[in-house]
Amino acid sequence: MLDLPVEPAWHAAIVFNLQLLFKHATFVDTFALADETEPGPVFRA
Amino acid sequence: MSAGEIAAAFAAGRISATRIVEASLSRIRARDPLINAFTTITEERGRLRAQALDEARTRGEALPPLAGVPFAVKNLFDIAGLPTVAGSLINRDAPPATRDATLIELLEAAGAILLGALNMGEYAYDFTGENAHDGAARNPHDLARMTGGSSSGSAGAVAAGLVPFTLGSDTNGSIRVPSSLCGLFGLKPTYGRLSRARTFPFCASFDHVGPLARSARDLAITYDAMQGRDAADPVCAERDAEPVTPLLDRGLEGLRIAVAGGYFKCAAAEPVYALDRVAAALHANRDIEIPEAERARSAAFIITATEAASLHMPRLRTRAKDFDPATRDRLIAGAMLPAALVTNAQKFRRWYQQEVRKIFSEVDAILAPATPCPAPLIGQQTFRLGDADLPVRANLGIYTQPISFIGLPVVVVPVPLSPLPIGVQIIAAPWREDVALRIAHALETQGVAAAQRPPVEDH
Repeated sequence: MLDLPVEPAWHAAIVFNLQLLFKHATFVDTFALADETEPGPVFRA
Repeated sequence: MSAGEIAAAFAAGRISATRIVEASLSRIRARDPLINAFTTITEERGRLRAQALDEARTRGEALPPLAGVPFAVKNLFDIAGLPTVAGSLINRDAPPATRDATLIELLEAAGAILLGALNMGEYAYDFTGENAHDGAARNPHDLARMTGGSSSGSAGAVAAGLVPFTLGSDTNGSIRVPSSLCGLFGLKPTYGRLSRARTFPFCASFDHVGPLARSARDLAITYDAMQGRDAADPVCAERDAEPVTPLLDRGLEGLRIAVAGGYFKCAAAEPVYALDRVAAALHANRDIEIPEAERARSAAFIITATEAASLHMPRLRTRAKDFDPATRDRLIAGAMLPAALVTNAQKFRRWYQQEVRKIFSEVDAILAPATPCPAPLIGQQTFRLGDADLPVRANLGIYTQPISFIGLPVVVVPVPLSPLPIGVQIIAAPWREDVALRIAHALETQGVAAAQRPPVEDH
């Protein structure tokens, strides 16, 4: 779907980085936020 | 000489702009082969500009505040006539920029003289200053060591005395980390304070631009020349310029200063020494907790990876092999992270911003380490922090990321140490760069903060 050309030699480093990202993302995800919390980016029309 | 001293000498007729530029070019020729800071020297442009300033002075015209002061910029700033390489191989094939970045235009309008573009980490995704295409920038205090990144050449060029100030960018710490490792003053202003128009982006949510220099006053005078609205950067604030230079000598009176506790309590000797020294000089006896700073760093980490992946997707599809593998593999991983997790990080960002703002009702500034160690060796993979060996590339910014995550203004002050300097962050409330710069100037006046002259200046 992403159409990224990933060579087999790159797999290990990409998996390592993806695991690191998931570790950080999970840490953030475990923090309870109110349903109405707005995301950070500000769009100004 | 400092930027302020050069401008004063030129205005008083004690030296010509041409002589200033030739002296700077001569230093670049002698020292840059050692430190690898410059990727392009705009020699002819600088000479023409100097000549025009000399002629203006001869005609008795009013001189702008930075008249005759040489500077250089990280090579992600557009310079008319040059491709904006942003530390990459790929962008060398881009068409030349047709117009200078807004900040270059403002500095030249203030009389400063552009002398070139500077080395940087590839696409700014870097804390080390190592670059697979241009080679590592080398720390003027010890040529075997990193400058830090990603504004590597910006720090090296000032630390080696090639130019009195440079411009860098800071997304997660890329002005503050190299300022710390090279022993310089660095300013990361409030998010949206200075225009990023016609700079190559990294992660738009966090991208800031700002100066590096050898004194707080030079930061202030260059920063004042760059403030103002700019419709060309949608993030640039709708605020009038708020000059800080006239406020520098107000001292510390009335300022409430605390030390960041918890996550920011560093386990390494050098950052602790530097922070204690600065805190003692400022009589900052109170610790304050920045809540959830570690989680803020995690959120910054994933937003950075995913926004940068989004930016580079077309290049990853067509020229993946032309990236530094260390950059490419992180970008590809960033492209695969589920959007819901990224949105959670953005929601956390809002919560964190509101919580940290409350702190500034109690204090005016917070002190924190800038880096967890002095400059590592070039090529060094890990460093020791407490009981853990941490990867250098990902962790030099552990104390800077939670701050830029919510766009707070920060001045890094250098604390002289032997053999290598290290920096301390002075963090202020949004739009209060004046507070951080006043404190930095006071520390400099007391002799606690200073940009030491490195051995490379003997060349």
